[in-house]
Amino acid sequence: MSVKVGVLAVQGAVQEHFDILRKALSSLEISGSPIGVRKLEDFQKVSALIIPGGESTTISKLLQKNSLFDPVRERAEEGMPIMGTCAGCILMAMEGDQAVAKTDTQLLSLMDMAVIRNAFGRQRESFEADLDIFGFDDTFRGVFIRAPAISRLWGGCSALSTFEDNTVMARQGARFALAFHPELSGDTRIHEMFLEQI
Amino acid sequence: MPLDLDLKKLRFGTELLKRGFAKMQKGGVIMDVTNAKQAAIAEEAGAVAVMALERVPADIRTEGGVARMADPLKIAEIIDTVSIPVMAKARIGHFVEAQALQTLGVDMIDESEVLTPADPFYHIDKRKFEVPFVCGARNLGEAVRRIFEGAAMIRTKGEAGTGNVIEAVRHQRLINQAIADLKKLDDAALNRLADTYAISYCNLLGDVRSPGKDAEKINGGEYVFEGGRLSDICEGLVDVVIEIKELSRLPVVNFAAGGLATPADAALMMQLGCDGVFVGSGIFKSENPKERGIAIVEATTNFDDPSVIAEVSKGLGDAMKGLEISEIPADQRLQERGW
Repeated sequence: MSVKVGVLAVQGAVQEHFDILRKALSSLEISGSPIGVRKLEDFQKVSALIIPGGESTTISKLLQKNSLFDPVRERAEEGMPIMGTCAGCILMAMEGDQAVAKTDTQLLSLMDMAVIRNAFGRQRESFEADLDIFGFDDTFRGVFIRAPAISRLWGGCSALSTFEDNTVMARQGARFALAFHPELSGDTRIHEMFLEQI
Repeated sequence: MPLDLDLKKLRFGTELLKRGFAKMQKGGVIMDVTNAKQAAIAEEAGAVAVMALERVPADIRTEGGVARMADPLKIAEIIDTVSIPVMAKARIGHFVEAQALQTLGVDMIDESEVLTPADPFYHIDKRKFEVPFVCGARNLGEAVRRIFEGAAMIRTKGEAGTGNVIEAVRHQRLINQAIADLKKLDDAALNRLADTYAISYCNLLGDVRSPGKDAEKINGGEYVFEGGRLSDICEGLVDVVIEIKELSRLPVVNFAAGGLATPADAALMMQLGCDGVFVGSGIFKSENPKERGIAIVEATTNFDDPSVIAEVSKGLGDAMKGLEISEIPADQRLQERGW
């Protein structure tokens, strides 16, 4: 059986996740392929879902317009592995900050955490930094682009990585939230960890 | 030395961060706005970013005069109003306007032919900036030169302010065809192509040495652009050309811009291979800006689904009136600006 890994493809950096997923699948010797999820029929084919970076306001609106918002929540309840990166990290959260409230962005509320949009500043403050990630022997190159941060965690949600007092990676069961872009640094370890949840 | 350690740990303004920012805009619509109120409407409509400017291209066209960077006060207002990225335009070659925009906290700078060019010889050396740039291109040569200069995103020039998509289609098709042709070239031919693309950097020296004549007599050892010898420029351009051949596409994000006015226009450009769209005058010069904005956002995402295009195009009211390209005198075509 070949596994289909979905990447939400309504807006954002989809191709970059495809490329790194292909590498991760082959290094784990899993037979499978990434597919773009834009409609319900695409979503029904996949065993896991990545919500990529992009603009959280736009992605949230299009999730609803394309009738994917509730199905994603339902499949998550059933245990589907879901990983949100950057904008996706915001959408995974239970609570947002003022910027999220002001734009009336509907969150998927899949993880017991609160996020701050653009926590590190504007594009000029975007940065790369080496991160220590729980369970990894070596550091991971974190690419932060107008990145959010996880300001609070509770319940079943735990921090996997912090940077300057901010949580930048968290996990709750088979759900992951990352403030940075693991698809841009060429390192497959995070995608491998995610694929192992399937 | 703790300072050295910190610098090693944290890096700002890298190529990865600049190109990465542009990648996050993919599949999205970037809308022109002239004030905070319009910016809020654009954000509500689902724009991935707004382009802050003094006047939309259609008004620049009618009113004439020199078009410059927008009032920083207005840009700051827009930055304070929305949470999505804010872009702004600098004149071609006007690196001081670009420096000012970077200081203001603008997320991406558009070195734009919609404004009156400031330098007849050079475009901005975008490698010197921490914020990413988007630049217009009519063909592959222009795209390659802008990428070499550090642009993190390329957009078609189209013909801004016309509501007429034909020029954007022309430019995207020219780029697509040139990439298809380039794939058949061997290394020697790629080098010759890069040499051709490099000639435009010699215009200044050419004008000084032999006014009115072609600049082809400049030799490879001469400094022609930002401390770079002609031979360095050729090498830089050939690197870009090789990357295009390997990827079968531009190595940076490629958006459509210039004359898009309807959801179908946006979907057309997406089907031609664009990664996203800019809509300038098309939204706030139409009868129902918010509805049209929402419709264009949906059409851009669902560009390959005709039923969605048909549905969202219903009852949007009048689009901007638009202009026939042949009725615009050649010297007033914005796309002719820059090289």
